[in-house]
Amino acid sequence: MRQGKYPFVIGFLILPVTLYSVFVIAPYAQAFQLAMTNWRGIGTPEWIGFENFQRLFNDTAFWKAVQHHGIILLALPLITIAIALFFAFLLNVGGGSKGGKRVGVRGSAFYRVVFFFPQVLAVAVIAVLFQMIYRPDESGLINGVLTKLGLEPIFFMINPNLALWSIIAVLVWQSVGFYVVLFSAGMASIPTEIYEAAEIDGATRVTLFFRVTLPLLWDTLQVAWVYLGIAAFDCFAIVAVLSIDSGGPDGATTVLAMEIYRNAFTYGRAGYASAMGVALFFLTITFAALMLRVSKRESIEY
Amino acid sequence: MSATPDHTSDRVDPSTMTGPDLPAALGTSRRTVLRRAAAAGLLVTPAAGLLGACATGGDDEGNTEQETGAKSATNPLGVKEDAALEVIIFNGGYGEKYATDVHEKLYKTAFPNAEIKHQATQAVSTVLQPRFTAGDPPEFVNNSGEKFLDFGALVNDNQLQDLTELWDAPSVDDPNKKVRDTVIPGVIEQGMFTTKDGGRKPFVLYYVSTVYGIWYSGKLFKDNGWTVPTTWEQFTALCDQIKAKGITPFGYAGANAAYYMWNVILTQAAKVGGPDVLKSIDNLEPNAWKADAILQSAKAWAEIGAKYGDKSYEGLKHTDVQLRQNQYKLAFYPSGDWLENEQKKDTPAGFEYQLMPVPSLTAGDKLPAGAIRAAGGEGYFVSAKSKNPRGGMEYMRQMLSKAGTRGFTETVGAATVVPAGSEGYSFPPGVASSQAALKAAGANVFNMMFDNWYKELDTEARTATNELMFGRASAEQWAERIQKRADAIKADSSVAKFSR
Repeated sequence: MRQGKYPFVIGFLILPVTLYSVFVIAPYAQAFQLAMTNWRGIGTPEWIGFENFQRLFNDTAFWKAVQHHGIILLALPLITIAIALFFAFLLNVGGGSKGGKRVGVRGSAFYRVVFFFPQVLAVAVIAVLFQMIYRPDESGLINGVLTKLGLEPIFFMINPNLALWSIIAVLVWQSVGFYVVLFSAGMASIPTEIYEAAEIDGATRVTLFFRVTLPLLWDTLQVAWVYLGIAAFDCFAIVAVLSIDSGGPDGATTVLAMEIYRNAFTYGRAGYASAMGVALFFLTITFAALMLRVSKRESIEY
Repeated sequence: MSATPDHTSDRVDPSTMTGPDLPAALGTSRRTVLRRAAAAGLLVTPAAGLLGACATGGDDEGNTEQETGAKSATNPLGVKEDAALEVIIFNGGYGEKYATDVHEKLYKTAFPNAEIKHQATQAVSTVLQPRFTAGDPPEFVNNSGEKFLDFGALVNDNQLQDLTELWDAPSVDDPNKKVRDTVIPGVIEQGMFTTKDGGRKPFVLYYVSTVYGIWYSGKLFKDNGWTVPTTWEQFTALCDQIKAKGITPFGYAGANAAYYMWNVILTQAAKVGGPDVLKSIDNLEPNAWKADAILQSAKAWAEIGAKYGDKSYEGLKHTDVQLRQNQYKLAFYPSGDWLENEQKKDTPAGFEYQLMPVPSLTAGDKLPAGAIRAAGGEGYFVSAKSKNPRGGMEYMRQMLSKAGTRGFTETVGAATVVPAGSEGYSFPPGVASSQAALKAAGANVFNMMFDNWYKELDTEARTATNELMFGRASAEQWAERIQKRADAIKADSSVAKFSR
């Protein structure tokens, strides 16, 4: 087997690597090249050096989008992880000890399925769903009830101060289920003896959570944080379908992908859009590298 | 191209997840989850790559020789009789039936040996961009819809066939009449673009006659005994009456159709200050948006929005708002005369769409109350670098014939830019009223082009108009920010400039 190793490995790799190079690496490289041109989608691109990036620097829409990514980057992982941890704890550990095994609250098997539902839905479906929920008039799910009760309707997507948070709420609702499952898997691998020992020492559920579950789940949390962070750099589908006036009102919900789309397909500025794409690429990479460095910590062996 | 970076954020780069940074003590289940996520990422990846794979291609000089035939009385453009012709139709509000059932049949009758390849699409640029890049564009294109190809970019790249020969050719029905004399005035002008070397040539055929105005239900007005206002005082007085009845007097959809509203504001401004205020906007002249007439109009309409509008409409799409009008919950709605056809399914019997021109704002208005914005809609072009551009032009000539225009009108219920085509045809009430308004306006018809020429300015005007109409900006701030964008476009050498 030893002498046949390389042909064997190469034989396996050649197809995926070729596909990956042709359809992923090459277009990426081309995006970098296009970012240096004023290409408008038709004709021969003209080389303009770093002009697109200079323009980017003065583009208020771009900075607005970056700022929104900053907000989402803080809010989305924090809220999602907090909620997911809480649910996962209740579902797996929160019910106390039964026959020497940690169990979740009553009906946890059912809740587990329910929490996972949003994950099964396509993003576009979720966005359309929330269109109905957030609708500003009496046919909206929430505002229908509010107007029936004689209250003022809430303008979720219209109020510039509320719009981005309404979008974040959708993102959280959509992601929580997945992280509940992820954390549940993590919690399942924590040995029961540790909980028992802690309980014998008189630990409450709160102490259990903060002193046992959380430290032993650190690796999983780190992964979740990186995932959610990267998701925070996307948000395109939800914003495109849900927001009014494509990222409005007046850019209050716009994200980079929305601006890229607008520049490439509405304004026909493929070169400039590529420059934005390059900026987004570096933002995402930087974030991922940073997160993995910052959250590096001795993992606990058990 | 740019589709690639769009997707970078969708997936997790597996390499960042498996380096030395990844802790050793991975639980089995989490590793599975990770692996699955990475696999999913890899699945998404090729799709994103495929989108990007269509980028620029090489130079497109490699153009095959173009087909020509002998010119004759029945073939004034010298089409090669058996040359194939490819027709791309935007499958939108007007569908594709008018092409397959009417125009293509006419061409086929004139040239029985020619093969016609028909394709309908809802995303013109997605389908055609690679074709132009590859130097193999289709002959005839209906460049319309949300994803239409940027005309400026096409003109700059010499992709469009000069239609002068078509306009000067004898018409199908009367050999003594040139095609240019069969269409309504201004339409050829509308399709003219300035080329890179400074010439001005007709490149685009705008085919559908489109009249803009404010729509109401004839039934609702008759039942309540309301009369159509022609002055601002009458208009606001009527709005008060309508409001008292519990009906929203005026509204448009902020979520996706704010341009219906800037259209009203600018139409109003043209009435106050004459159509030249629109010309200076189109020509990106300094302070064009801050002209007195425009500020007056913006102020007046902002008041209408604040007093007679409904705040929730900002979050609604045009179809939602149009439905509300069909349900008699909204009285006045601004749109073009495609509206009646678009709402066919939702309009209750007897609703009777009617168009009214925007009322006069002041007694000193430069244009009379009946003045309206009307223009050719639906742009069509012939690709200069296609194999059979003469066939494409001949197809246009057939389209503009009496049979071609009549067939279009009968199929989609809309008038074309050839008046002879709709003579004696009985339109549904809405289009009948807009055609009547067009006739009544006489010479007081105007148009604007900036949204077609500079998409960025259109976007800015939409955003600003929502801010204005829903009370977050004053008329001055509205004009200020749009003017700022217009100035930026003017200073931007990468944007092709047009003028009229």
